[in-house]
Amino acid sequence: MTTQFPDEPVTGFSGPPREFTDAEGREITVREVTSNDTEALVQMYVEFDPTDRAQGIPPSTETAIRKWLDVVLSEDALNVVGVHEGRPVGHVMLVPDRHGAYELAIFVLQAYQGAHIGTELVRTALGLAQREGIECVWLTVERWNTPAVALYQKIGFERTGDASFELEMSLRLAPDG
Amino acid sequence: MRLIVGVDGSEDAMTALEAVTSRARETGDEVTVAVYSHNDSTADVEHTVREQLLAADFDASVMTLEDDPAGQLVDIAETEGYDRIVLSGGHRSPLGKIQLDSVLEFVLLNAHTTVTLIR
Repeated sequence: MTTQFPDEPVTGFSGPPREFTDAEGREITVREVTSNDTEALVQMYVEFDPTDRAQGIPPSTETAIRKWLDVVLSEDALNVVGVHEGRPVGHVMLVPDRHGAYELAIFVLQAYQGAHIGTELVRTALGLAQREGIECVWLTVERWNTPAVALYQKIGFERTGDASFELEMSLRLAPDG
Repeated sequence: MRLIVGVDGSEDAMTALEAVTSRARETGDEVTVAVYSHNDSTADVEHTVREQLLAADFDASVMTLEDDPAGQLVDIAETEGYDRIVLSGGHRSPLGKIQLDSVLEFVLLNAHTTVTLIR
């Protein structure tokens, strides 16, 4: 895929660790994923509501979830997790493509949706990406998922492609300085 | 059955073609490979396809679709009476999302012929 990126970088992202209170008054900690988180993430995705899957992920069986997480949690990827009362409730991943850019995706457990956790998680992950010297981030989102499109636009993503079922959106980060 | 298989030269498409030919060998289906490309190098894709068919020792006709491959696939399938259009069912993004390209989307929405996606 040849992704177009906006010329103007978006700034103002803070990396992990961060803490915030969500719209429901829950204390959420956002931090980088460590190898100790793998089992808890598997559990989060096993519990994930199938209707909230996006383009085939997360996979539906535990075996497939583990295989998928192997890719997502690989060394060259960036992962940020939102933790409430000791367990992960949201997860942002940035996985490198073959062109030096990173694909972003986010999943938030159903009970934690609609409380601005997604926005905070994505912003924190972008802060981490900027800290790591990443400049180009893209994602795809299903056309009919207007809440997600609005969320990404608010963060600063721009629509860069809609040749297919999915919309493509991308964002440029400022070089870290 | 007469099948028309759209192949864009991607790894997924070549794997799908392999699945089609090995199945057709058992069922006796007649296979036409319609080659197209997303970046103007139809000749390269055609070459790869012919090599794979040769290696598999499978007899199929090969045609190339230069402009508007999606429209042509739908059109040819209908006018030439194919029973089925076969396409590979989408690529995987770096983090594992299934991505359906525009050719696949157009064919799914517009074909009157049955469409099979191979994953």
